[in-house]
Amino acid sequence: MMPEPSSVISVEDLTKHFGTVVAVDGISFDIAKGSTTALLGGNGAGKTTTISILLGLLLPTSGRVAVLDEDMLHHRHRVLGRMNFSSPYVDLPQRLTVRENLTVYGHLYRLSELGERIETVARDLDIAQFLSRPTRNLSAGQKTRVALAKALLNEPELLLFDEPTASLDPDTGDWVRSYLEAYRERSGATILLASHNMGEVERLCDMVLMMREGKIVDKGSPAELLHRYGRRTLEEVFLDIARNRRTGSDG
Amino acid sequence: MRKAEFSWRRVWAIMLRHLYVLRSSWPRLLEIAYWPMVQMITWGFITTFFVQHSSWVAQAVGVLISAVLLWDVLFRANLGVALTFMEEMWARNLGQLFVSPLRPLEMVAALTGMSLLRTILSVTPAALLALPLYDVWVFSLGPPLIAFFINVLVMGWCVGLLVSSLVLRFGLGAESLAWVAIFAVAPLSGIYYPVDVLPGWLQPVAWSLPSSYVFEGMRAVLYDNVFRWDLLWGAVAFNALYLALTTALFLYTFHVARQRGLLMQQGE
Repeated sequence: MMPEPSSVISVEDLTKHFGTVVAVDGISFDIAKGSTTALLGGNGAGKTTTISILLGLLLPTSGRVAVLDEDMLHHRHRVLGRMNFSSPYVDLPQRLTVRENLTVYGHLYRLSELGERIETVARDLDIAQFLSRPTRNLSAGQKTRVALAKALLNEPELLLFDEPTASLDPDTGDWVRSYLEAYRERSGATILLASHNMGEVERLCDMVLMMREGKIVDKGSPAELLHRYGRRTLEEVFLDIARNRRTGSDG
Repeated sequence: MRKAEFSWRRVWAIMLRHLYVLRSSWPRLLEIAYWPMVQMITWGFITTFFVQHSSWVAQAVGVLISAVLLWDVLFRANLGVALTFMEEMWARNLGQLFVSPLRPLEMVAALTGMSLLRTILSVTPAALLALPLYDVWVFSLGPPLIAFFINVLVMGWCVGLLVSSLVLRFGLGAESLAWVAIFAVAPLSGIYYPVDVLPGWLQPVAWSLPSSYVFEGMRAVLYDNVFRWDLLWGAVAFNALYLALTTALFLYTFHVARQRGLLMQQGE
């Protein structure tokens, strides 16, 4: 299968086994440039495993992964500087202040005029007032904004998120979603996120990949999925798929 | 197509991250200098006693203090690598680091760079204190001291990389190895006694350790006023071999960690 010409991510027959457990089972998909795509599925569906492979943190058992036109399995260092990642489940060093963390990561991405870049991101994400605070002293919402600042520091063309608004109050969650919408519009970046928040997916995403037991069992825009399953909300579609009640093709 | 070359700036980024940790914690800084000074003071008084009661030790005042300090360089160099690496695991930061363009070899360079800084911070106060306390100026060893220092430092890196690889592979349950692994080579290294004191069957094992060449070389300078080039080259050759092997082991373990998904799961 050839990747679509405008694909930022192209995955072909991707499989990952952990011993006898099949975490990802022969999935293939393309993600178009400038789109926002959600990986949806219950716990253990294979979302985080897929994202880890796309980030180069995990090697697949078989299959091919191209990110930004590079073979991710053999040349990941050519593209890692053009992408970034954020997850509430992966910490930044807690003893460092916010500014120190951003400085370290800025050097890792070899950013020029780093001080200025940190000030800009801090202003954009409204974290300037606690740049000097140790990261461990921040609230969950503040930590999420700092993690987002780290993810945006290198102005990535591709952003991957694992449940970006998990454990946030509705107000902060809404703020993060608005920010991501604005960032995508401004930069033309491509976003892939794994989420359990159906409202978030309906609001942000052009495309949804539904996963169950390591397979992609359906895909389409939120509107297409609602129509196909005859449901009013994406949550109902999610439950249909997660509980294996019926599939889109049955409907 | 973009090049993805080795970057000293990324090496500095990792070192900076750990310097920030040191700067923000005076107990850590104090601890770094504390144990070498305790060791040196303890062994210094034992030496003073021996000098007064043993003609053998009296031939070279400061031999035990020099040995203690060089041993501490080895121990601290090992800890400098292993603790710096484990700090990333305690902070659950490996996943964040390796989604950046950081290369494993740059990580190795940063670990050894931090080890060098920590070792200098650690041993220098003790070395300076030996002068007013015992009238021993270890720097009087001159250029050979640099050769000895570099060789025990590199051997410490090798042990640190071995420990880091095991911790990466088997998790933080293996972290106590950072403290105990180095003591497996202590009795064989001829730190306080010549290698020929060991049983014959153990001596080949001792002569496969760079540290044995260093401590024998140190005694040759202090007792006989001779710098043994053969011993220096022995240490260099074994260090080059072990550094290549342990770096390769670290890179291989990193590859295994990517196969098994260990980079996202580390932590307490």
